[in-house]
Amino acid sequence: MTTAAQVPATAGTRPRDPSAPVRGGSGRSGSGGGNAGLWFTLPFLVVFAGFLLWPVVYGLYLAFTDASLTGAGGDLVGFGNFGEALGDPLVWRTLLNTVYFTIASTIPLVVIPLVMALLVHLGLPGQWLWRLAFFAPYLLPVTVVSLTWVWIFQPQLGLLNDWLGAVGIGPVLWLQQESTAMWGIVIATVWWTAGFNFLLYLAGLQGIPGHVYEAAALDGAGPWRVLRSVTLPMLGRTTGLVVVLQLLSSLKVFDQIYQMTTGGPNNSTRSVLLYVYDQGFSGYRLGYASAIANIFFLIIVVLSIAQLRLFNRREA
Amino acid sequence: MSSTTSTLPASAPGGRADRLARSGSRESTSARPRLPRAVGLVALVVMAALWLVPLVWALVTALKTEAQAAALPLRWLPEGGFTLDSFRTVLTSSNLPLWMLNSAITSIIITAVTVLISAMAAYGFSRTTFRGRKVLFALTIAAIMVPPQILIVPLFREMLALDLVDTYWGIILPQLVAPVMVFVLKNFFDAIPVELEEAARMDGAGPFRIFWQIVLPLSRSVLAAVSIFVFIGAWNNFLWPFIVVNDPALMTMPVGLATVRNAFGVTFAADMAGAIIAALPLLIIFMLFQRQIIKGVATTGLGGQ
Repeated sequence: MTTAAQVPATAGTRPRDPSAPVRGGSGRSGSGGGNAGLWFTLPFLVVFAGFLLWPVVYGLYLAFTDASLTGAGGDLVGFGNFGEALGDPLVWRTLLNTVYFTIASTIPLVVIPLVMALLVHLGLPGQWLWRLAFFAPYLLPVTVVSLTWVWIFQPQLGLLNDWLGAVGIGPVLWLQQESTAMWGIVIATVWWTAGFNFLLYLAGLQGIPGHVYEAAALDGAGPWRVLRSVTLPMLGRTTGLVVVLQLLSSLKVFDQIYQMTTGGPNNSTRSVLLYVYDQGFSGYRLGYASAIANIFFLIIVVLSIAQLRLFNRREA
Repeated sequence: MSSTTSTLPASAPGGRADRLARSGSRESTSARPRLPRAVGLVALVVMAALWLVPLVWALVTALKTEAQAAALPLRWLPEGGFTLDSFRTVLTSSNLPLWMLNSAITSIIITAVTVLISAMAAYGFSRTTFRGRKVLFALTIAAIMVPPQILIVPLFREMLALDLVDTYWGIILPQLVAPVMVFVLKNFFDAIPVELEEAARMDGAGPFRIFWQIVLPLSRSVLAAVSIFVFIGAWNNFLWPFIVVNDPALMTMPVGLATVRNAFGVTFAADMAGAIIAALPLLIIFMLFQRQIIKGVATTGLGGQ
């Protein structure tokens, strides 16, 4: 679980004028001296440079070499790795799988949390219980999620096939056949992460001022009409945020796929990051793996920038 | 950047997020559209039940013997009653307790160091001037876009060179970099009135004393939120510890539980007992810090995958 803050936290006090930073005690009686600011930031900058900036640069360099995990190789090969990647059918297959997973998971991960939030927001008793039920899975380590769902998807002893059997369907080989394996991953992922988007929607709903509803009620709007013409439009910004965060997070899928299917059967659930891992750590081709990772990084950066521009335009 | 992405309410005391964090918020119920409440209640109960089924089924399985777990037809209440055997097995004859200890040690160190250096850096960026401050802060913000997953290859090479593969420090060091936390904390510090610090400066306090004795105490709430999210992230991290550790004795819980299969063949009940035990710490933390966690997600979007 990495983090992504899209929204600044503010303390609710008057913002300081950012153009007038306070001097770091230079020339004053203090322990910091003139460069106190640098001393404050230095510890962070050291780990930042060592374990983020350097790997980014080094990874880019590796992509132009034939470095291997065993330490052999390391000669520059120009754009060879990139050329090979663009002609590698498995690169395209895993890219397609990743896009497929992203779309198939993002749609339910927008709709279901919205429904959850609308229902919880009705104000029925037992608020803490609803929130616990929907949000608790999000706090589970991915391994717990995978173990639980592999067990539920188990062909003979699994709970899902037991229920489907009761209505005459199945048994379905959920994670063992190409046609359903990705859906198994999607179902587990939706169950695991819906709670996060649910909280974002709940916050969005609580941000709609009461007088908007009162006005709608005065106009004689019924509940469905209010939902369609007031609530959903007012949630537009929240929906934008949820969609963007979800797209970026779904594209980076690795953990649950590795644990539930290791990319199989027959590559049907192999995502880009799984392929990077395979090439680098099973195939020992660090240079080639880096090239694929950098192509993927480029896609993520383009999407992130598109997202920023989208939000810019909305605010304008 | 902050102005373009601020789409959710600020965490002003008594504000929306604050209300969200407290339970209920029924103050404005009357103003809300009312679906027929019975329909809403039924839908809510069905959905919550559906969401709880996997966890309850995992618990039920964990409370069975292996024979009961593998018996058809499936039973929610096994013949012969429940047993704690599987939990006993997992706790005494697997490495799970050791893995949880490894997770606890690394996560606590990661949390303490990350929060400290991020807060210091945020204060430096927010309140001081030094050469390169603006460039370095812009670089920090840009780094939020870098998915840590794409760094596994070069980072692993780096760890090999530093001889940190299969060590705690190999797990810890790359996880200390949290540009997003620097960003969140800087926004918070920006909003603290400067006058408080100026008064202290008049009294002769240096920048480090001001930071330690005035700014940090004022920031308790945001520091708590950041700490919780850093801890959750470290505790649940799978990919990096999985890459950097091969020795089963050094594995963290998500890695060990996922990769080490026991020697006794297929053990459904024991698997689920392990899963339940592994799930407990964060569920307990959630019960204790429900307010901060919900508020943190709602106001900052912290904790996204």
